[in-house]
Amino acid sequence: MNTPRTVLFKVLRTDPAAPVPRYDEFRVPVGSRTTVLDALLAVRRLKDPGLAVRHSCLHGSCGTCGMRVNGREVLACVTRLQELGDPVVVEPLAGARVVGDLVVDMEPLYRRLEPVGRPLLRASERAGPDRAEAAAAPGTGPVLEELERFEDCIECGLCLSACPVAGDPRFLGPAALAAAERVLEEPRGTEGRAVLGLVDDAHGAWRCHLAFECSAVCPAGVDPGGAIMRLRRRLLADRLPRLVGKSHPHQEVPS
Amino acid sequence: MDAPHVIVVGGGGTGGALAHDLVLRGLAVTLLERGELTSGTTGRHHGLLHSGARYAVNDPESAVECIAENRILRRIAPGSFEENGGLFVALTDEDMDYRHNFLAGCAACDIPTRELTPVEAVGLEPGLNPALKAAVWVPDATMDAMRLPLRFFATARQGGARLRPFTEVTSLLHAGRRVTGVAVRDRLTGREGELGADLVVNATGPWCERLAAMAGVAVPVQPSPGVLLALVGRLCNLVVNRLHGAADGDIVLPQRALSIVGTSAWTVEDPDDLDVPDEHVQAMYREGAKLVPAVASAAERAAWSAARPLIGASGGEGGGRELSRTFKCFDHAVTDGVEGFVTITGGKATTLRAMAEATADLVCAKLGLEAPCRTRDTVLAPHTAYYTRRAA
Repeated sequence: MNTPRTVLFKVLRTDPAAPVPRYDEFRVPVGSRTTVLDALLAVRRLKDPGLAVRHSCLHGSCGTCGMRVNGREVLACVTRLQELGDPVVVEPLAGARVVGDLVVDMEPLYRRLEPVGRPLLRASERAGPDRAEAAAAPGTGPVLEELERFEDCIECGLCLSACPVAGDPRFLGPAALAAAERVLEEPRGTEGRAVLGLVDDAHGAWRCHLAFECSAVCPAGVDPGGAIMRLRRRLLADRLPRLVGKSHPHQEVPS
Repeated sequence: MDAPHVIVVGGGGTGGALAHDLVLRGLAVTLLERGELTSGTTGRHHGLLHSGARYAVNDPESAVECIAENRILRRIAPGSFEENGGLFVALTDEDMDYRHNFLAGCAACDIPTRELTPVEAVGLEPGLNPALKAAVWVPDATMDAMRLPLRFFATARQGGARLRPFTEVTSLLHAGRRVTGVAVRDRLTGREGELGADLVVNATGPWCERLAAMAGVAVPVQPSPGVLLALVGRLCNLVVNRLHGAADGDIVLPQRALSIVGTSAWTVEDPDDLDVPDEHVQAMYREGAKLVPAVASAAERAAWSAARPLIGASGGEGGGRELSRTFKCFDHAVTDGVEGFVTITGGKATTLRAMAEATADLVCAKLGLEAPCRTRDTVLAPHTAYYTRRAA
């Protein structure tokens, strides 16, 4: 019988009462489907019930299990051990207060997101005019004028951890800027003007250093870096006519 | 006089909805969860807001609960659902035969339906298998399995509930045959302590037998896991169900840029130790592709298991599928002669509010309080408030 392969986990442990974090080592078995989260939960179940880790959906949809694995921001539930080397170094997200072990305080992310007021829902794919026309045709069953879906961003905070600028709490940060861009693109009843004011700030869209680390680590394909570039173009289009003393030639921002 | 203190053990959807309900009725509430909130069964479900149609033929009690709660939740949690509807799709002659019972069952349970021809159905949902024989539209919707419960937690905390994640109950405190509180260990600091309570509610889902055992009582709950498969790509916008009796891989539904296929069913003893059998994953691919052909070639994002808390005796033949999906509240004073201890279990994510209402009714009756349920009409705070508006 084959001995199952194992890898060495080095997990950064932070006890809120102890002054210095430490790395604890655990040897964990590797199956074809084993994820970093599976391994951590097995450690918690079999070796150390005090290992603190957040998780919920187990498929990359809730955004709770963000952490740094071998120095890179990932969702632990969709990161398989077979894609990693040995040892596997597991640390909490950077730039946030560590509540314990791999659990960080998510308040800084939500404090930045909340004022943007982006709805959870957006128009879905295939919800264009053709579809509305087809749905409105007689005899085609229930009418769906506008299909909707949840926004892609899962509020995991990987982008904030990876961003070289977001250590400054005044910076709005990639997640909130990407959310602002969505509000301007598809307002759904929100106030675009107020959001424009929020992001047109030295600590808003202009603070980004174009490192694009946010887009590299985003597990949901949001591309916050690209969104920030689109925001800047929008802000310039809004600003330039004012600077040269003319009225805005074409109103882009929904009132 | 101080309000009676109720400890809710279990930070899933049921515990969150219960904390919210009890706070609205004027009680002092502490909620304890050994891990992060929604880290048990709650966060892992496929995200379906049931219309009840799935249960209309064989489990009408659950069906009626689901459609009632479907309507209430849309009202109290606006913006938390993709309200694109659902289809039950007939692929075979057997499915077509089942259709008659299905439509009659839905009508009996007050679940709206609309029969669609194959052309109409594919017009509405182009992802469907074009070889379908018929489809029935129902008011299914999808939710975010974590963010809907978070709205209950956020609202409960705004109302004064103390929420304590990462706090494990290590034993129950007793005075004779009465439960008087809990002993806890803070999993972040390792600190241990005791909390007194006028009543302790066991809302630990498939783990409820474990807590009940600490009170020296048993609850007839069968942890029944199912495998779910997340695929890369939004392959449909509507919830797509197979029009037949419940079976493996009979639902495909969208979730952001993913699609979820569910599920299978078996039974286990330990809900912490769930396997993801490869043959179940293959069954999800095979059966899901019959409904939405693009499933067959979609890349796997993740496969995982979630344990349902089914009420019923152990050792059923059907992996728990024959058991009702309804919920039940146990007053252990009545069933076991143990005062101060109540268990709520069974049920579904869709019925979390109704489970909380029934439990809070029992809690108030036991504490001699007359306080009507107000959760049917109280609009919930946004999920972001859970993180940004900490109570004092």
